[in-house]
Amino acid sequence: MKRLKANHIVAGYDKKIIIDGIDITIPDNKISVIIGANACGKSTLLKTLARLIKPNSGELLLDGKKISEIPPKQLAQILGLLPQSPVVPEGITVADLVARGRFPYQSFLKGLSAKDYEAVEEALEIMGITDLANRCVDELSGGQRQRVWIAMALAQQTDILLLDEPTTYLDITYQVEILDLLTDLNRKRGTTIVMVLHDINLSARYADHIFALHKGKLVAQGAPSEIITEELIKKVFNLDCSVIKDPVSGSPFIVPKGRHHVKLNAS
Amino acid sequence: MIENNFSNIKAGYRRRKYRWMMVTLFLGVLTLALCISLLLMGNTIYPISVVIRVLMGEQIQGASFAIGTLRLPRMLAGLLVGIAFGMAGSTFQTILRNPLASPDIIGVTVGSSVGAMVCILLLKMSGTTVSVVAVISGLIVAALIYMLSKVGKFSGGKLILIGIGIQAMLKAVISFLLLRAPQHDVPAAYRWLSGSLNGIQMVSIPKLFFVVIFFGLIIILLGRHLRILELGEQSAITLGVRTDLVRLLLILSSVVLIAYATAITGPISFVAFLAGPIASKLVGMGAPSEFPAGLVGAILVLGADLIGQFAFSTRFPVGVITGILGAPYLIILLIRTNRTGGAV
Amino acid sequence: MKLSKKLLLIIISFFSLALCVLASLAFGARFVSFNEVLNTLIHSRMTTINEIVVHERIPRTVFGIIAGGALGVSGALMQSITRNPIADPSILGVNTGATLFVVGGIAFLGINSPEEYIFLALIGAAITAVFVYGIGSMGPGGATPIKLALAGAAISAALSSLVSAIIMPREQVMNAVRFWQVGSISGATWEGIVTVLPFLIIGLLLGLIVTPALDALAMGDDIATGLGVRVGTVRLIGAMSGVLLCGAITALAGPIGFVGLMVPHTMRLICGPNLRWIVPMSALGGAILLTLSDVLGRLIGSPGELEVGIVTAFIGAPILIMIAIRAKGRTL
Repeated sequence: MKRLKANHIVAGYDKKIIIDGIDITIPDNKISVIIGANACGKSTLLKTLARLIKPNSGELLLDGKKISEIPPKQLAQILGLLPQSPVVPEGITVADLVARGRFPYQSFLKGLSAKDYEAVEEALEIMGITDLANRCVDELSGGQRQRVWIAMALAQQTDILLLDEPTTYLDITYQVEILDLLTDLNRKRGTTIVMVLHDINLSARYADHIFALHKGKLVAQGAPSEIITEELIKKVFNLDCSVIKDPVSGSPFIVPKGRHHVKLNAS
Repeated sequence: MIENNFSNIKAGYRRRKYRWMMVTLFLGVLTLALCISLLLMGNTIYPISVVIRVLMGEQIQGASFAIGTLRLPRMLAGLLVGIAFGMAGSTFQTILRNPLASPDIIGVTVGSSVGAMVCILLLKMSGTTVSVVAVISGLIVAALIYMLSKVGKFSGGKLILIGIGIQAMLKAVISFLLLRAPQHDVPAAYRWLSGSLNGIQMVSIPKLFFVVIFFGLIIILLGRHLRILELGEQSAITLGVRTDLVRLLLILSSVVLIAYATAITGPISFVAFLAGPIASKLVGMGAPSEFPAGLVGAILVLGADLIGQFAFSTRFPVGVITGILGAPYLIILLIRTNRTGGAV
Repeated sequence: MKLSKKLLLIIISFFSLALCVLASLAFGARFVSFNEVLNTLIHSRMTTINEIVVHERIPRTVFGIIAGGALGVSGALMQSITRNPIADPSILGVNTGATLFVVGGIAFLGINSPEEYIFLALIGAAITAVFVYGIGSMGPGGATPIKLALAGAAISAALSSLVSAIIMPREQVMNAVRFWQVGSISGATWEGIVTVLPFLIIGLLLGLIVTPALDALAMGDDIATGLGVRVGTVRLIGAMSGVLLCGAITALAGPIGFVGLMVPHTMRLICGPNLRWIVPMSALGGAILLTLSDVLGRLIGSPGELEVGIVTAFIGAPILIMIAIRAKGRTL
């Protein structure tokens, strides 16, 4: 049974409705990517799934139960989120920050247990930052810092991981690195991953399943090879393009058509 | 190679925990030393043996009065109020993610002062009534600031600005009260406004003790939640913290601590503001600093009182000394925070 | 805003000001009817009690207009320079700085003449303003509202402790200071007004000179430089003007807060962002507000009076709070 489901969600901020009646079921153990133009509601949808935003109407179900009825700590053991702009407390070490991800498992007065230490160490190892463990987070580079935040989400050992634009401010090298690491996570541990990415081509390459949003509605979903077409891109992004096959991965690749430099009449 | 790294991590944890314990122990010993000094020193300096005998209950002429009736309540008040200001200030700064957002800058302390001033100057009351009124007015002002900052979207920045606005208004009220007061009441009022340990009696101590222990304990127990709140609203919710509830409990406890302490001694400037940053620097960033901040607060108050009583020819109330010591540090912190782009 | 509307606004403002002046001369511990007031002014008699009362209220009223105007202009300039909707000279801790210097002067230099008080207050105000602005603008983002407000509040607290330390052993000074801590225009004398007038005039002139350039500055340093504005100089002159205007008034009347905050902000909402309108309208608006507050204070506090500094604090703080509530997070 599919775990994370949203039924007819209507949500927004400050009386402004951004998502207007979306039904979405997240495929388990797969990497799903939400794509769409700016302000189409992708971030809002993700935040609603992560229960950061309360929907105006509709319900959010996890394993058949309403999310609002699941106790927060229990929910935190199943559903994790990498926020878009997390706050780094001054002077904290990498190991300490990642260890805070164990909060949902810690009982009231006890400190970190052996299991907690293991989880932290594993998370650091997967993200390849074990040697940075005792460094201060604010000394690290953007790419390293992002890996630390993902490590904290990993230490939380959730079955489902939501990520809000995890690659936006990173160099292309880091973008590919992070997406590869997330793929490792999915293939090795079966973690269900849901991401908002703004780069269509990286989305098409890394996603098992794509959700395309347009003006607050879900207009298409499915495997990239099936749904990434010139018509869809025109509808969702108002962009004329040519869809070819990515020479490296074989996934659909969008080549935009502007007003200049259009040489071949590709179809 | 991997085992090496893992033991590195464990070693790191142990090192940081060790540092926390050593620092807290050191702070505790320093506090104790200052407490004892306050009992020893005065017009007559009593040897420690006499002090112990008086504390045990023996009636010694002169000493029992000096130590038991004058110095002991003063020392205990200084200790407890210092802990209260230190812990509350540190909690506020952590929740609002800004070392400059201290209760004495954003109007909470002033709220209690106004209530107390009205009692002392207008209604000519004293003692428990003043404390109760101060606590209530402090709570009302804090609640007002908090609720106003939740209109629209809550942001720490809004709370700070609103606090400063309310502080300006209340300060005008206090100036007004001072203006209207008969001249002979003015020195006492000013002394109270500076924060003073003068004239505190043993009878106020037990209640102060319970308030500080109870609400201080709440803050300490919620320490882990506070560490998660530090990471930002989104991360905190994701990790399973009931953010609104925890924030409310922490702010409530802090405000009660500040209001009650202010009611007893008046606003002792800068203790709430300084204790947190000093404690953080000593125990290491990222480690829980609420309890050490309480100890630092006690050290500041007790130390300042010693200086205020004995270092100069005039006796200065403790608040003036903390003010003078705190002012340069405040400015340095301001500069440093702004330079590194303090988060709001 | 169309020209006809602006003319209408000016006419209404002058009319209101005239009404306020009449009110200021009429109301107080003893009420004098408008008719009598006009008669007294026109014929300049000094025989009946009422006429004497009116004459006594003239310096106060005149100072109220001058002070309100000066504070309004000062606030408009400061808000423009710091690009900050809540920049009020009192938030910058100017008052406490002035107090510190006056108190220090009395305690350590033994000064006791009004001119010396005023001079010291002015210096104190200037140095504090510079300090607060300097610290508040350090770091990324420059002088954002929060950083400036915190710098002002914190430094104000710091200086206030120093003031306490100085006055604690000196009861006479303590007594004198408490009278000065509340802004009031009741003690205004012609001598006092004449003493600060030069500073006010210089301040006003400087302010008027840089106003057009400040308009360009409002679009951002880079854009202004591109338009040929000397950013540093303009800012400096504008700040000097603001501090002179505010400091001179504070030196004479004590701290009167929030006029510099409320009036320019309101004028901006009514007239639009053009400083060439905001500055003169703030002068008018400030004059009206302060005179009105003073009358209010006399009415509420009858038979005594509620000092104008208290009245403006009570009107101004809620407005500051409303601004904070409405502001979107990032602009703070």
